[in-house]
Amino acid sequence: MAKGRIEINEDHCKGCSLCVIACPQNVIELATDRVNAKGYYPAMLVDPEGNCTGCAICAVACPDVCITVYRQVPVKASSAAAAL
Amino acid sequence: MATTAMVEEKVVYQRPESLESIPTHYCPGCTHGVAHRLVAEVLDELGVRERTIGVSPVGCSVFAYKYFNTDGAEAAHGRAPAMATGIKRIMPDRVVFTYQGDGDLAAIGIAEIVHAATRGENFTTIFINNAIYGMTGGQMAPTTLPGQRTTSSPVGRDVELTGFPIRMAELLSGAPGAAYVVRRSLHNVKEINRAKRAIKTAFEVQLAGLGFSMVELLSACPTGWKVTPPEAMDWIEQQMVPYYPLGDYKIADGVEQLAKRR
Repeated sequence: MAKGRIEINEDHCKGCSLCVIACPQNVIELATDRVNAKGYYPAMLVDPEGNCTGCAICAVACPDVCITVYRQVPVKASSAAAAL
Repeated sequence: MATTAMVEEKVVYQRPESLESIPTHYCPGCTHGVAHRLVAEVLDELGVRERTIGVSPVGCSVFAYKYFNTDGAEAAHGRAPAMATGIKRIMPDRVVFTYQGDGDLAAIGIAEIVHAATRGENFTTIFINNAIYGMTGGQMAPTTLPGQRTTSSPVGRDVELTGFPIRMAELLSGAPGAAYVVRRSLHNVKEINRAKRAIKTAFEVQLAGLGFSMVELLSACPTGWKVTPPEAMDWIEQQMVPYYPLGDYKIADGVEQLAKRR
């Protein structure tokens, strides 16, 4: 399972590809089959092997603040017990 | 005891509260967006959003007051430092910053910024240097590099005719009232993170009342330079950084203690 994932706000994305070149795992691509409301090819996460680590480097590079980054973190034993 | 380790999903990056959730009008790959985000993140981290007043310039970033979720004012071309001076003197408890491009700060507004720095006005300036007039169609700016092609220097900037590009950080570091003057770049993630630390220090300098602070940011204008966004980042690194060296140009007494305290 991937350690992280990103959500991209496609309507804010301008397809500049800076996240694509910044991503150390090469799991971001520009869409080729659709454009957003402004006519740009939006970036998207393509991660079938689950390589995304949730490092947030893409989000730091993004000039349009479209990327929200999530990371899977282990639940501490005490809070896991509390949840049960 | 379950055999699979329990994990929960944590948000590690999201839009800062100090930035409105609207798309910007900037071109694809323009690093104005990065600079806006860094300022917004710093305002969030310092917890001063509710008492911050930004002063927008004229230029591409003319609508900056719409994008920051803070109070804002719009100054006449180049006069943001004069307006910020007035706001800060009347309301010294507010956090005041100007956000200016090179056409605004280094050309028409150079008198205002030099005198604001010399007087040691206690506000922060974010100076975006992209070596071109972006909004009006990519004309030569005071910061345009020697030999750089623009719409008004189509065979490249001729320094015999138009002189040399101006280095604002070096110039303002000579102002007695300036407390913190540095230059950073936005061309890769490492430099973006360094730029954010500098912006944070600049605002902390203001909060400590040490005087004028400015962060110059080398920024990309892919449209004006007529290159793709990734090429623009390479262009900053290869062309701009050698002429505009990154570094700290003025660190007044008291600023280093601020950084240590953090």
